[in-house]
Amino acid sequence: MTDLERTPLYDLHVELGGKMVPFAGYELPVQYPLGVMKEHVACRTTAGLFDVSHMGQIVVTHPDGPDAAASALEALMPQDVIGLKPGRQRYGLLLADNGGILDDLMISRRAGDLFLVVNAACKHADLAHLQKGMPGCKVVMIDRALLAIQGPAAEAALEAVAPGVADMSFMDVATVDSPHGDLWVSRSGYTGEDGFEVSVPVAMAEAFARALLAVEGMTPVGLGARDSLRLEAGLCLYGQDIDAHTSPVEANLLWSIQKARRSGGAREGGFPGADRILREIAEGPTRLRVGLTPEGRAPMRAGVELFDDERALGRITSGGFGPSVEHPIAMGYVDIDHAGPGTTLQGALRGRRLPVQVVGLPFRPATYKR
Amino acid sequence: MKFTEEHEWIRPEDDEDNVVTVGITDHAAEQLGDIVFVELPEEGKTVAKEDECVVIESVKAASEILAPVDGEILEVNPALEENPGLVNEDPLGAGWFFKMRVEDMSALDEFMDEAAYKKFI
Repeated sequence: MTDLERTPLYDLHVELGGKMVPFAGYELPVQYPLGVMKEHVACRTTAGLFDVSHMGQIVVTHPDGPDAAASALEALMPQDVIGLKPGRQRYGLLLADNGGILDDLMISRRAGDLFLVVNAACKHADLAHLQKGMPGCKVVMIDRALLAIQGPAAEAALEAVAPGVADMSFMDVATVDSPHGDLWVSRSGYTGEDGFEVSVPVAMAEAFARALLAVEGMTPVGLGARDSLRLEAGLCLYGQDIDAHTSPVEANLLWSIQKARRSGGAREGGFPGADRILREIAEGPTRLRVGLTPEGRAPMRAGVELFDDERALGRITSGGFGPSVEHPIAMGYVDIDHAGPGTTLQGALRGRRLPVQVVGLPFRPATYKR
Repeated sequence: MKFTEEHEWIRPEDDEDNVVTVGITDHAAEQLGDIVFVELPEEGKTVAKEDECVVIESVKAASEILAPVDGEILEVNPALEENPGLVNEDPLGAGWFFKMRVEDMSALDEFMDEAAYKKFI
């Protein structure tokens, strides 16, 4: 058995009664004594604090400046990185040569560099991939803690602890001098709520977390509720809803490919898998990631096969109970002819076929501060 | 009352011979977390020991409960369909799963009493 790593907040999680489980090579709290359901609801009604320090934080620089780094990154992903303005962030995808997704990540354009946040399970492979694929760039993994503060009370809470964040809009990034060191703040998250992700020096992380938890209504939230929150928000979990076998078009992530990189755009193609992806954009994919609502009360989880009468036409990739929508929810891939909202399919659950309806995503509208 | 290593409790009914009520312990309910759905067996169904009998879905995962002994399902808890959270709130009372007729009550002898179960967990 390999040794699990711990984040700088490990002792705090234990002190708070977190039930520690292995996740992506780290020991992290799946829940605290409050439980998944109440942690989920607290994040939607007041605010939740998440330790996401296991994720990879990567800084990319180029001797000729961040535009050169952005140009190099465009060779690995279908996003418009060059057009990303300083102080702004964007969702991106690292692609394999066949157009499959190697990882999904956040890209921030800062004054002097690019700052990437990647999935924990992929971070070492991503680092090697970026170093190899971006000649002339310096690509370094940074050792800092990362905390997410999410929910309607997130702004007031973070502003109280680190003044200067309230005016930021969704997907803005800024460096904030605070009593807890220099904070790399983005107004983003993975819950569908307004909120922030904050990169903080390791030595300052615990005091920063304690200061946030001292704000009334701030609830520590574990991995369990992080998963139900992102599922309600219709967001993909890498390794489950997207992977090296799914293209961005199949994954319903076409919105993340800006016009500049599509056919007829200023920098059309030029990313791994461009032939397949541009063809799928033009002709449509053969399957699509969709939202799914089981009609009964029984949750349908990852792996449940979907049928139209006798014909198997898809599979659920994430599913469970949505504490805020108060019914089971899922997403998965279905044959394109059955991907229209309102289509009723059958999910194979414990030897029975139960009705499940294709619906639009997200299950709950996002409340981002635009 | 008896307890199994699978964290079920089995309570013989006072007023009916060979009938027991089955549920899960507070320890098990706490481990499972918030329960959102319970699939109960059909009333009248004959089950053998260790048959899959109940499926419990928590926000985290699905778990199966096995029949503790051979017998026949007489009645299932109707309240769990509307309110599966009863299993978390009152696992030893209102959160019961089913009543079953046991063929041979001596089959219960192998299970733990409360003191032994407390030691077990």
